[in-house]
Amino acid sequence: MFNLRPLFALLSILTVSSVGAQALKPYQPVTGERLLEQDSDSWLLYRGSYDSHGYSPLDQIDRETVADLEPVWSFSTGLREGHQAPPIVNAGYMYVATPQNHVLALNAATGELLWRYVRYLPDDLQQFHPTNRGVALWGERAYLATVDSYLVALDAVTGEVDWEVAVEDYYSGYYMTMAPLIVDGVVMVGVSGGELGIRGFVAAYDAETGAELWKTYTIPAPGEPGSESWPGDSWKTGGVPVWITGSYDPELNLTYWGTGNGGPWMGDTRPGDNLYSTSVIAIDPSTGELKNHHQYHWNDSWDWDEVAAPLLIDYEREGQRVKGLVHAGRNGYLWFLERGAEAIDFVDATPYVYQDVFTSVDSVTGRPEYDMSKKPGTGYEASFCPSLWGGKDWPPASFDPASRLLFIPANENVCSTMVGEEVEYSPGRAYMGRGTSENGGFYVRDGADHIGELQAWNVDTGERAWTTTFDSHNWGPTLATGGDLVFMGGTNDRKFRAFDSASGETLWEYPTNSGVIGVPVTFTVEGKQYVAVQAGWGVDAQREQNLINMSQGTNTYVPQGGVVWVFALP
Amino acid sequence: MTNRTTLDRRALLKAGLGVGIAIPTKSWAQPPNRARPQPGDWLVFDGGENSGQRITPDLLALEQRPVAALAKDPATSTLRDGSRLNRVMITRLDPTKLSEATKPHAAAGVIAFSAVCTHTGCDVINWVEDKLLMACPCHESHFDVYNGANVVGGPAPRPLAILPLSLESGSVVVAAGFTGRVGFTQQF
Ligand code: FES
Repeated sequence: MFNLRPLFALLSILTVSSVGAQALKPYQPVTGERLLEQDSDSWLLYRGSYDSHGYSPLDQIDRETVADLEPVWSFSTGLREGHQAPPIVNAGYMYVATPQNHVLALNAATGELLWRYVRYLPDDLQQFHPTNRGVALWGERAYLATVDSYLVALDAVTGEVDWEVAVEDYYSGYYMTMAPLIVDGVVMVGVSGGELGIRGFVAAYDAETGAELWKTYTIPAPGEPGSESWPGDSWKTGGVPVWITGSYDPELNLTYWGTGNGGPWMGDTRPGDNLYSTSVIAIDPSTGELKNHHQYHWNDSWDWDEVAAPLLIDYEREGQRVKGLVHAGRNGYLWFLERGAEAIDFVDATPYVYQDVFTSVDSVTGRPEYDMSKKPGTGYEASFCPSLWGGKDWPPASFDPASRLLFIPANENVCSTMVGEEVEYSPGRAYMGRGTSENGGFYVRDGADHIGELQAWNVDTGERAWTTTFDSHNWGPTLATGGDLVFMGGTNDRKFRAFDSASGETLWEYPTNSGVIGVPVTFTVEGKQYVAVQAGWGVDAQREQNLINMSQGTNTYVPQGGVVWVFALP
Repeated sequence: MTNRTTLDRRALLKAGLGVGIAIPTKSWAQPPNRARPQPGDWLVFDGGENSGQRITPDLLALEQRPVAALAKDPATSTLRDGSRLNRVMITRLDPTKLSEATKPHAAAGVIAFSAVCTHTGCDVINWVEDKLLMACPCHESHFDVYNGANVVGGPAPRPLAILPLSLESGSVVVAAGFTGRVGFTQQF
């Protein structure tokens, strides 16, 4: 083991000399009101607001001025793998979470380091997804969900650990990559580990003390509603992780979470609908009660996690305003639902990429029927589109309430081949039961002229407005702004781009150090607008590139290494 | 803005101690089942129909998909299953085709590689049959079994460590500790 302390001593000394020269104002505690208000000088939540719109009304950078956008500072994280977290900004203070669970606190205007938290991870840890998707702020603390399954509360001013609690045992396959969701001093996290035979849950902790408040499983135990959809003991190890931050509706006082697929991956190992897998679930943050749900598709066999949280969008249908949930599914369908206190109702669903599995979707319930020849099973190999990463994986869509457009970072023309094999459960060991298929079980459709897409859909008409295509696959989270722009990276050419939200035309692009799979944000400092994002290719984007190289005979190389980039007008 | 009573303390911390580092607080004596495989340990199957059984070369088909195995201390009957870093994947290869560097670590062609990927620590459980490559399910790193598990694809930065083997009365035993560091190395 190497000793990091001298380095940190040096860093803190360097920090001292610069702090004196900064006009960094005293830290502003984060309150429930501030989380609802979305102050322009801050980006306090994973998607900027509880409705998960990923939208800011800021408009200094617009379709005219964006051509002049330039980097104002950057900061190297010194780490490899997936840099996916949004820089969370609170009135001048920026918090950046990285893979391997570091947190950097930076001066948002200058990039100067205020402190750095480094977690010593256990050496027997396995990381299916070496990434982290951000911190959450409350009061004077920053909260981090770690890959060794701890929830850590850091003093936002000093970086000191105020408390940490074990959420679950990492050795049994539980890990966390999401940004926590905080409502009224209740810190909620979900767990990853669907590949490792976990039983998924969302748990809540007191922001002040770290005391556990509730824990709600995504798989019912015998006797609970929905338990009849799991045979035998399969509920104990059935997966259904929750690894993306939920949305929150303050009026209904309900949080909405997307859930992952069941495990092992082959549906024939767990005959039944497997509630509440591949669903949206509504949980009361005060009590943890699971109030209602909608299952997008039953008995998954495609690894189509539906973990991305739905956007809370009120849209028009037949002259009526629907209080809605909108979700671009990994299963390739764009789902429009209605949210209420008692139920989540199906409204309509349309494929937004080529999908060859569903033969129909019931017009009342939304339940799909399958072409069973496209459903892999134990000892039965099947090919299906979209690929196991779906039409869209976790990278969040965004919504511009002015233009009524929803922006979806999609992948078209990529498909998977999968075959199941028998697998024994052993704590902490892979429990996917996926056999080996040619080319890693991945292929590009014949005649495909592109893979990546940015799509825009009008939520009121339910129709697609435009599509911009990329040769590369696309793993870019999106940001929409009042400047009629959409920001997104995601391609293998290292570029971070701004698109005209009305047409999809690329108005600006900048080649960064690595591929950009981080969530972009925008904020102001002293009235000036900035856009910030992490570059740092890795995880599934890199894995898909390997498979594209294998299947297409290409040799595309995307450099790794995390850098925080901040852009502004001159 | 806020009225802070703790500002002085914070100013002080900012001035000199403003870096939070997680300090591991737990410590314990290592139980024998956590210790890495030791010379003289038996090798037994870990899972499958022969789970727990001592491994002899004839129980492994030539170039078969590697299977999981664990070391067992014959003196105390301790199965070294206390750490996932102890697990190996074992197969039988043609000794004449093994690379020079790999050969000394095999016993009658039987070879054991650390099961833990050097990328970010997943279990390397998959097998590309037509190319005789061990494959990691997490990010598709591929390891060439005839060449010391050298990396031939994917993000793994170095080969899987080998657990050197020898034969004792026809059964496979551990000849020496792992040839290299097991698992991934934390960055930074
Ligand atoms: S952990 Fe094996 S390839 Fe990443």
